[in-house]
Amino acid sequence: MDSDLIWPLGALLILGAIHGINPAMGWLFAVGLGMQEKSRGAVWRALPPLALGHGLAIVVAIGLAALVGLVLSLSVLKWVVAGALLVFGVWKLVSNRHPRYGGMRVGAGQLTVWSFLMASAHGAGLMVLPFVLQGSDHLAPSVGEGSTLDHRLGMDGAVDPMAAEPASAASHGAHTALGAGLPQEQVWGLLATVVHTAGYLLVAGLLAVVVYEKLGLRLLRRAWINLDLIWALALIATALATPFL
Amino acid sequence: MPKWKPDPTFYPSPQLASEAPPEELAYVALLNPTGKGRPDALGVVDVNPDSDTYAKLVGQVDMPQVGDELHHFGWNACSSHLCPWAPHAHVERRYLLIPGIHTSNINIVDTKPDPRNPKIVKVIEGAEVTEKTGYTAPHTVHCGPDGIYLSALGDSEGEGPGGILWLDHETFEIKGAWEKDHGPQYMSYDFGWHLGHDTIVSSEWGTPNMVTNGVDPELLLAGKYGNAIHVWDLRKREHVQRLELGPQYQMALEVRPARDPRKAYGFVGVVLSLEDLSASVWLWHLEGDNGEGQWKIRKVIDIPAEPAAPETLPPLLQGFGAVPPLVTDINLSLDDRLLYVSCWGTGELRQYDVTDPFNPVLTSSAHLGGIVRRTPHPGTPDVPRNGGPQMVEVSRDGKRVYVTNSLYSPWDAQFYPDGIDGWMTKLDVAEDGRMEVDPGFFFQSEEGMRPHQVRLQGGDASSDAFCFS
Repeated sequence: MDSDLIWPLGALLILGAIHGINPAMGWLFAVGLGMQEKSRGAVWRALPPLALGHGLAIVVAIGLAALVGLVLSLSVLKWVVAGALLVFGVWKLVSNRHPRYGGMRVGAGQLTVWSFLMASAHGAGLMVLPFVLQGSDHLAPSVGEGSTLDHRLGMDGAVDPMAAEPASAASHGAHTALGAGLPQEQVWGLLATVVHTAGYLLVAGLLAVVVYEKLGLRLLRRAWINLDLIWALALIATALATPFL
Repeated sequence: MPKWKPDPTFYPSPQLASEAPPEELAYVALLNPTGKGRPDALGVVDVNPDSDTYAKLVGQVDMPQVGDELHHFGWNACSSHLCPWAPHAHVERRYLLIPGIHTSNINIVDTKPDPRNPKIVKVIEGAEVTEKTGYTAPHTVHCGPDGIYLSALGDSEGEGPGGILWLDHETFEIKGAWEKDHGPQYMSYDFGWHLGHDTIVSSEWGTPNMVTNGVDPELLLAGKYGNAIHVWDLRKREHVQRLELGPQYQMALEVRPARDPRKAYGFVGVVLSLEDLSASVWLWHLEGDNGEGQWKIRKVIDIPAEPAAPETLPPLLQGFGAVPPLVTDINLSLDDRLLYVSCWGTGELRQYDVTDPFNPVLTSSAHLGGIVRRTPHPGTPDVPRNGGPQMVEVSRDGKRVYVTNSLYSPWDAQFYPDGIDGWMTKLDVAEDGRMEVDPGFFFQSEEGMRPHQVRLQGGDASSDAFCFS
C-alpha cells in the first residue's frame, strides 16, 4: 500500500475510536439492553448491529460524496465538504437534537437503523470525508484520469463492514482486489469504512463490556462530558482544515 | 445552552437516584379557589430542617392569568434524558411546566438562577394548545426521553377523547397530539411509563364537561366516570389494550408504574366503588413477554368506607351514612417497596409494603383532617384540620413523604363544604420503614390559597423515569 495512505487511515481509525467513546453513539445502548435483559449476551449481541449501522453511515456519506464528485473536481469537492462541515458543526453547537427513533425493545435490525441515524445525525460520515478525499488524492496519480472523481469513489453494491476482516487483512484484500481490476477508489472507500468502523467497534465494545461487567453506570453521572460539544468544535476545525488537506 | 457535564440530578437507575442528597426546597402548586381577581401561584417551601425558614414559604410566583386551576406539573428534563436511545444528558433540569386545567394555559417557570425565586419565562396560551393538539385541560406533565409529555382531559368542546400531547424539550414548542390511534380510549387523566418495555399506561377520570362543575351525582351513580386504564405502545404511539375494572368502579386516577424499568407492573388508585363507597388500588401487570403477552389488571387493596352520622356529612354523602375513603393519589418509593395511599375522605395516609405487588401489606397509617375526623396535626394538637392527605410525594431516598390537602376546587366544595384551609405536611420514614408525621413541619398556606401537587427540587419519586435497571 502507498505509504501516503497511512496518515489518512490512521486518522480514520482514531476518528472511529472517538465516535466509539461517545455514550450517545451506541455503547451505552448495549449496556442498557444488557441490563434490561439481565444478560451479558445481550451486550455482545448489540455490538455487531451498532457497528454495522455506523459503518453504513460512513458508506452513505462516501457514496454521496462520490455522486457529487461526478460533476465536481476533487479540489472543488473539498470546498463543498468543508462548507458542509462548517454548517453542520455550527448547527450542532446550538442544537443537540437528533432523529427520534428507537426504544428499549429493539431487534438487531432496528438497532442497526438507530446506529445509522445516530452516526449520520452526528455528522460521522461527513467528518470522515476529508480524510477519504485526502486518500483519494494520493490515489489520483496511479489512475491518471485527471482530478475529477468520476467513478473513482463510486460505491456500488452493499458494503458490509462487519463482514470485513480487521484493517490489516482488509488492506491485504485491497491489493488482491486491485489485482482483480476493481476500481481502486471503491477499494479505498471500503478500506476507509472498515478501518473507521473497526476503531469505533473496538472502543465502543470495550466500554460496553467494561461498564456492564465492572464499572457500572454511576460513572456516567460524572464522566459523560458533553462530547457533542467537542464534536461540534471538531467538525468546525475539520471544516477549516479541509481545504489544506 | 447545553452543559458540559450531565445535570447532577439525573441518575441512570432508580437505585442510583435513591442515593440523591435530600431536597432543600419543595415547589407547590397553590390554587386560588375563588377564581376572582387573583391568579394561582407556585410556592417555594423550605424543606431543609437545618434552615431557619424550615416549613415556611420562601418564594412565590403568581401565574400571569387568573383562573388557571393548577393541578399537576412537572420538570422539563429528568433522568429519562440518560436513556441510551435518546441521549440528552446535557440538558438542564431547570424549568417547571405548570398547566391550568381551566384555562388550558401551560405556564413555564424557570427555577434558576435563584431556586427560591422562580420566574415565569413563557406561557403557552390555551388557544394555542387547542389549535395545535385539539386538546384542552392539560394535566399531568412528565419529562420523556424525547420530549415533554402532557396528558389532557378533553377536546375543544370539553368532550372526549382526551389524550396526550407533547412538546419539544428544547424550545417548548408544541409538537401536537401524541397518539396516532386512540383505539377505544375516550376519557383521560394521568399517565406513566415503563420505559424498559416501550409502554405508556394512562388512566380515566372524566371529560372536562364531567368534572369542571363538580362531580355530577347523576353521572356518578350511572357509572359514567372512568373505570379503565389503557396501555399504549410508546414507539408506535398506538393504543394496545384497554383494561377494565368493572362498571361499579369510578375514577381511575393516579398511575404509578414500577420504577425499575425491567418490571412490567404498576398501581392505579380508584376513588370509589358504587357498591359500598369503598376505594381500591389495582395492579396492572404483563403476563408473558412484551409483544406476545397480555396485560392484566386485578384489585390488590380494598379500603372500606367508614360509617358516619349523616349530620356530620356533606349533603352529597348524607344519604349514604358513610364517609368514603376517596383514594385520590398514590405514590411509590423508588425502590418499588413502599406504596403510599391517600384517603382524602377519611383523612388518612396509608403505607403498604408492595415488595410482592400482588399481596400488599399495610405497614403503617397516619390520620390528618378528614371529612368527619378532622384529626389535628401533632404540631398543633388542639386545632382540628380539614381537607385530608391528598397529593403525596416521596423523596428520592424514600425517607420523607410530603402531603397536601386540596383536591380540585369544584370538588373540594362538595366534600368539604365549610371550606379547606390549605396545608402541607411531611412524614418521616424510619429505618424500619414505618412512617410518622413530623410535628415540626406544618405549612399552612395563606388564607384562600390551597396547595396541590408538590415537586421536590432535583426530583422526587414520581418525577423521573429511568431506562436502566
